[in-house]
Amino acid sequence: MQATCPECEATFEVSGVLRGEILPCPECGAELEVTSVEPLTLELAPMEQEDWGE
Amino acid sequence: MSAPPRIAILASRIRAEEKYLLESFRQRGVEPTLLNDDELIFNIGSGPLPYDAILERTVSTSRGLYALRMLEAMGNTVINRWATANTCADKLLTTVALQEANVAQPRCRVAFTQESALQAIEEMGYPVVLKPVIGSWGRLLARINDRDAAEAILEHKEVLGGYQHSIFYIQELIDKPGRDIRAFVIGDECICAIYRNSAHWITNTARGGKAENCPITPAISDLAVRAAKAVGGGILAVDILESPQHGLLINEINHTMEFRNSIAPTGVDIPGRVADYTLQSAITPDNVQYRNQSASRGG
Repeated sequence: MQATCPECEATFEVSGVLRGEILPCPECGAELEVTSVEPLTLELAPMEQEDWGE
Repeated sequence: MSAPPRIAILASRIRAEEKYLLESFRQRGVEPTLLNDDELIFNIGSGPLPYDAILERTVSTSRGLYALRMLEAMGNTVINRWATANTCADKLLTTVALQEANVAQPRCRVAFTQESALQAIEEMGYPVVLKPVIGSWGRLLARINDRDAAEAILEHKEVLGGYQHSIFYIQELIDKPGRDIRAFVIGDECICAIYRNSAHWITNTARGGKAENCPITPAISDLAVRAAKAVGGGILAVDILESPQHGLLINEINHTMEFRNSIAPTGVDIPGRVADYTLQSAITPDNVQYRNQSASRGG
């Protein structure tokens, strides 16, 4: 599936992704979250919060 | 053939760990439901969600804790249990639980004001480590080498931080050998362990620490399992420091452990073991035949 980076508008191929998965834009390196699979939608991933972790 | 247990995984961000876990469950004939904590609405007072066990894998500690407590109140079986997660999420509560169980750990003082914290630090002697009681991934740790640093950091925490940053948790700095140990404990078994090597005193892999296999010695296993029991047991990552003076000491315990960098070095199927433990916890009178069937399949 073709994806578009919301930060730099680069287009690239992705496959087998799950909703909620995080992937970097291969062009600008921005951390992107798959917010929808059908249709494929990428948004800038939320930044690490103070209560995140193990 | 009886239906397999109904498993749900509570998560929003799907990391490598969650993908490994999904695959492990699928290998065992179970398709977990992903519960997205961005979308869940909890109806306090309602009955349980329709799952035999819910595995908490959310990256947000605060969401995870409240979710576990609500789900338990609703009647669901959750992993880890809220009491265990709540203790592990807070370094001070963990320290108290370990102390009550007589589990070895670094010396520690706690104070609530800059002045009393400075006094505590000077009593312990430099260097010390200042940690937020809530926090993970090596964030906001301070190694305090002298009084100037102590005064500056205490003031910054009190003025700039939220109220939790005025709970000053002061820990002895352990002169560890360029690494620490993470032991993975599931139930009452230490299944594997890694060394996290780092030239920096902060060894979290999130901060660049490199994982290598750590052979489990009886000492490591005994300490890790006792530490896990002290906080209530479950699926836990127990962080251990090697002190030249005092031997193995428990640093902290993680209740939503990450393990992607530990599968290859240890050769242990960590997500598979997590899935097995979850499925065992999910056995009910309605699906108990599934366990017998899967056991005979070698599952």
